[in-house]
Amino acid sequence: MNISEIIYHLIFYVFAMLVIGSALVVAFSRNILYSAFALLLTLFGVAGLYVFLQADFLAAAQVLIYVGGILVLILFGVMLTHQISNVNLSNPAVKPWLAGPLVLIILAGLIWIIVKTDWSGPKIWLDLIGSELKILPGPTTQQIGQAIMGKYLLPFEVVSVLLLAALLGAAYLARSRGKSNQ
Amino acid sequence: MQNLILEIQKWAISQANFLKPVPLGFWYILFMFIFGGVVLGMVMFFAGFASYAERKIAGHMQSRLGPMRVGPHGIFQFIADGIKLVLKEDLIPAEADRLLFKAAPYVLFAGSLAVFAAIPFSQVFGEPLGITNLNIGLLYIMAVSSFVVIGILMAGWASGNKWSLLGGMRSVAQIVSYEVPVAVSFLTVIMIAGTMNMFDIVKMQEGGFWKWIIFKYPPFTLIVFLIYYIASIAEINRTPFDIAEAESELVAGFHTEYSGMRFSFFFMAEYGNMLAVSAIATVLFLGGWQSPLHINILPAPWFALEGIFWFFAKTLFLAFVMVWLRWTLPRYRVDQLMQVCWKVLLPVAFANLILIGIWIALTTD
Repeated sequence: MNISEIIYHLIFYVFAMLVIGSALVVAFSRNILYSAFALLLTLFGVAGLYVFLQADFLAAAQVLIYVGGILVLILFGVMLTHQISNVNLSNPAVKPWLAGPLVLIILAGLIWIIVKTDWSGPKIWLDLIGSELKILPGPTTQQIGQAIMGKYLLPFEVVSVLLLAALLGAAYLARSRGKSNQ
Repeated sequence: MQNLILEIQKWAISQANFLKPVPLGFWYILFMFIFGGVVLGMVMFFAGFASYAERKIAGHMQSRLGPMRVGPHGIFQFIADGIKLVLKEDLIPAEADRLLFKAAPYVLFAGSLAVFAAIPFSQVFGEPLGITNLNIGLLYIMAVSSFVVIGILMAGWASGNKWSLLGGMRSVAQIVSYEVPVAVSFLTVIMIAGTMNMFDIVKMQEGGFWKWIIFKYPPFTLIVFLIYYIASIAEINRTPFDIAEAESELVAGFHTEYSGMRFSFFFMAEYGNMLAVSAIATVLFLGGWQSPLHINILPAPWFALEGIFWFFAKTLFLAFVMVWLRWTLPRYRVDQLMQVCWKVLLPVAFANLILIGIWIALTTD
C-alpha cells in the first residue's frame, strides 16, 4: 500500500466516521435542536463521500438542497414550535411496532443495493507518487444533464409536476387559513 | 493547475536540489494550503480595512471627518479596533446554549470563506490563479453559502434571547428568499456561458469591455447584473435590506449577545461576504481579471499581477457602491422587502432568462 492509497483510505474513514457519528447524535440526542444541527454534519459528510466517489455535481446539489433548504426548514419548524425543549413533546415514540419492521425493510433494501453495486472504478483521484497531477476526473454535470433531458425526460417531468402540485398545495394551505380568520 | 504547480516545483528544485524526490501531489497540496492562507489573510485584512473605509466614507457623506485619531487620517483605526476586540472579555450569557453558542461564529465564517475557494483571481500559464478550479464552481458557491444560513440560525437560537432569535429568523427568511433571484441570475449566466466553471466564464469574456457578459445581450444582461447586485446586497443583510439587524428594533439581530473574538468572527464574515459577492459579480458580469481595453503591459507570466489589479479594482468598486448605498438609502419595511423580492426581482429575472434564451436560440444554430 503506497502513500496515495493510505491517504485515500484515511479520507474515506474520516468522512464515514463523521457521517455515522453525527447520525448517532441525530438519532439519540434528547435535545431535538442538537439532532437538527447534527444533521448538518451528516449531510455534509455524505456530500464529502459523494466527492470521494467523484460525483461532484451530486455533492454540491446535496449540500444546496438538504443543508440550504430542508435543514433550514426543519430548524424553522423546531424553533417556532412552542415548548420544544420538553422531551416528552419533542421526542415521543410513535407506533414502534410499525416503525421497527419499516426500518428493517429499508435496511434490507440498502444492504441489497450496496452488495449489488459495482464499486470498482478509478480509485485514486489525487496521485501523490506519479509525475502527473491527476485531480478529480471530468465533470459529471454534462452527463447528468443529457440523461435528464434525454433518456429520463418523462420521470423528470413527472417529478416537476409533482413539485408544482406540492407548491400549489402549500400556497393553498397558507391562503385558506388566512381567509377563515378574517 | 498543472502548469503553475510544475513551475513551482521547477523553481523549488532549482533553489534546493534535495527537494527533487518530492512528488508533484505534495506541491499541489502545499500550494492549496498556502494560497488558502493567503486568501484567509486577505479576507481578514479586507474586513479590517473595510470597517475603516466604511466609517470614513460615511463620515464624508454626512459632512463629518470620520475616524481621525489613530495615525494620519485615522488610517490605523482598524488595528486599534482589532486589539480592542481581542482583549475584550468573552461573554457567554447564562441562558445561552454553550456548545452552539461557541460553534456558531465558526460555521458562519467557514461558509463565507469557502466561497473564495472557487474564485479565480487571475490567470497564470493559461490556468486560473486561485485555490482550486472547480467544474461546478457556481453550484458550489450556492451550496456553501447555505452554511451561512445555518450559522445565523445557530447563533440566534443559542443566544437564549428572543431578540436574537427573531433577528436570526428574519435574516434567514430574507437570505432564503433572496437566494431565488440570485439563483435565477446565476442560471442566466450559466446559460450564456454554457459552463459553471468560473474560469471558463471569465475566459469567454476575453477581449475588451464590450465582450463582458454585462454588455453581451443589451439591455437584458445589464438588468440581470442589477438583479444579482440588489439581491446579493439583501443576501448579506446590508442596508437598505438590514431588517435583521435593524438597530432601532432588534438591537443588533442574531449577534447581539456576542463579544470579543466571537463577535469579530461575525464581523469578518459580514465583510467577507461583501467581498465575496462583489468578486462573484466581477467574475460573472465584469470580465473578472480581464483589462477593460484588452491591453496587457506586462510580459507573459507577470501578466497575472495585472489581472489581480483589475480583479480587485472591479471588486472593490462594487464593494464601495455597497457602502455608498448604505449611507444613502433608508431601510425597507419587512413587507416591502418580501414584495421587492417576490413581485419585482423574481419575475423580472425569469423574464430575462426567457428573453435571453430566445435571443441565444435565434442567433446560434
